[in-house]
Amino acid sequence: MTLVAERLFMSFGGLLALDGVSLTVPDGGVVGLIGTNGAGKSTVLKAVSGLLRPHRGEIRLRGRPIHHLPAHAVLAAGVAHCPEGRRLFAGMTVEENLRLGGHLRRDRHVAKDMARVYDLFPVLGERRTQRAGLFSGGEQQMLAIGRALMARPALLMFDEPTMGLSPIMIRRILDTIALLRNQGTTILMVEQNALAALMLADHGYVIDLGRTTMSGPGTDLLADPRVRAAYLG
Amino acid sequence: MSTLAQQIVNGLVLGALIGLIALGYTMLYGIVQLINFAHGEVFMVGAFGAHFVSLRLLPADTPWYTALPVMCVTAVAVSVAVAVAVERLAYRPLRGAHKLAPLITALGVSILLQEVVRVFYPGATAPLAFPRAFPDGHLVLGPVTVLWTGVLALAVAPLLAAALHLYVERSRLGRAMRATAQDPETARLMGIDPDRVILATFVLGAALAGVGAVLYGIHYTQIDTAIGFQNGIFAFTAAVLGGIGSIRGAMLGALSIGLVKSLAGQYAWGGAQYDYVWVFALLILVLMFRPQGFLGRPERVRA
Repeated sequence: MTLVAERLFMSFGGLLALDGVSLTVPDGGVVGLIGTNGAGKSTVLKAVSGLLRPHRGEIRLRGRPIHHLPAHAVLAAGVAHCPEGRRLFAGMTVEENLRLGGHLRRDRHVAKDMARVYDLFPVLGERRTQRAGLFSGGEQQMLAIGRALMARPALLMFDEPTMGLSPIMIRRILDTIALLRNQGTTILMVEQNALAALMLADHGYVIDLGRTTMSGPGTDLLADPRVRAAYLG
Repeated sequence: MSTLAQQIVNGLVLGALIGLIALGYTMLYGIVQLINFAHGEVFMVGAFGAHFVSLRLLPADTPWYTALPVMCVTAVAVSVAVAVAVERLAYRPLRGAHKLAPLITALGVSILLQEVVRVFYPGATAPLAFPRAFPDGHLVLGPVTVLWTGVLALAVAPLLAAALHLYVERSRLGRAMRATAQDPETARLMGIDPDRVILATFVLGAALAGVGAVLYGIHYTQIDTAIGFQNGIFAFTAAVLGGIGSIRGAMLGALSIGLVKSLAGQYAWGGAQYDYVWVFALLILVLMFRPQGFLGRPERVRA
């Protein structure tokens, strides 16, 4: 298993955000978290990446506990978090953003990985010296994905990668995630677009009020009448 | 005419020295939004460190070209050590606290450092003569004479500011510093340890203040425990004037302040007794019409 999260509890100001969420992400698998706004999906990702610390519970990456680590050490351990809203360094160039993605890397393959990102998203290569803030939402999402890939993570997490994008761009981003999946990348994603998430995911979890209420293969969840009624309209 | 030219040069020399302190203020604010009012004292202890090594440890016949580097290294070491200690002991425990807490702490640390030096450094209750670790005499340029120490300050300060700018723009640590300044949370997701970046910022700022302290001492030939507070206030004003967070802005702001102080001291009502009034008048004027300072970016409120 790449990631195991067991019975995570977390509260903000007396409000329970995570109420015993558990989930696993197998090696090379794609796991989707779906649920309504405020269900706690993003909180799960933040707990994994160390931005938030669960009050109770355990998170292990390839068997190694990581729930006590600060965020910068979680990245070093192998988890890249592509955050909601993309959160690029808008004042910096495409290339600088990518270099920051590979900030901890000391090996000689950084340039090769950067070339690979430019292959994946040619528009970034063409405009590598331009500031990230000048790009459209879709292009920014591409850069955010590229930046996360630069860390060569064992686990790649996406938080709402298609939020606020045009239909064409949504297609493009989802295709990219499918491509990464086919290349064997292990992915945990949060997506409000439940249909898209479950189509991509090998395995899905439905999160509601900080709990895992349902789980199963993506296609099974898609077919489940309760999921259809609640999340697919 | 010659008086005017002379005062301009005097002002630029003062400005260059203030600029070296202002760089520390502006960097630190850019990264942690902390106004480190103890930064002036980091400059002051550097001057006393250099004074100590020169008078107590170096033989009296040490030539200036040996003494000056030794004094600079000592000043940098003392300033950096004090800055790191202050960061660890006073600021780090307050990370995440309300903005006012570190600000008030900074004022307290500032007073503490002044008093510690005044009480424990032999003779520091009165101004001390600073060693002359640079050739005497001056450069004559038409109507203007500049002490060689002033020429040195005018050469070194902008050079160090430019080097700092390049370092922040080009180096890996500089990139981490800019990332942390722009978005601390996302910087952590890039594997950047905020504590290390903040510490590095304190170290860089303190090193520049240490060099500035030696240049200040050899130019004005005496030091006292209040130089940190006096010049620190001007340096902070310079950083705000230039656009806090901007390295070039800090130097520009400092040179402007040096000029205003020097020219107002010569020509304005009240003379040198009231020169600082005009410095703060300039600050108020600039803030009224350009609140972000010369080169600063308008503050955006984060959602």
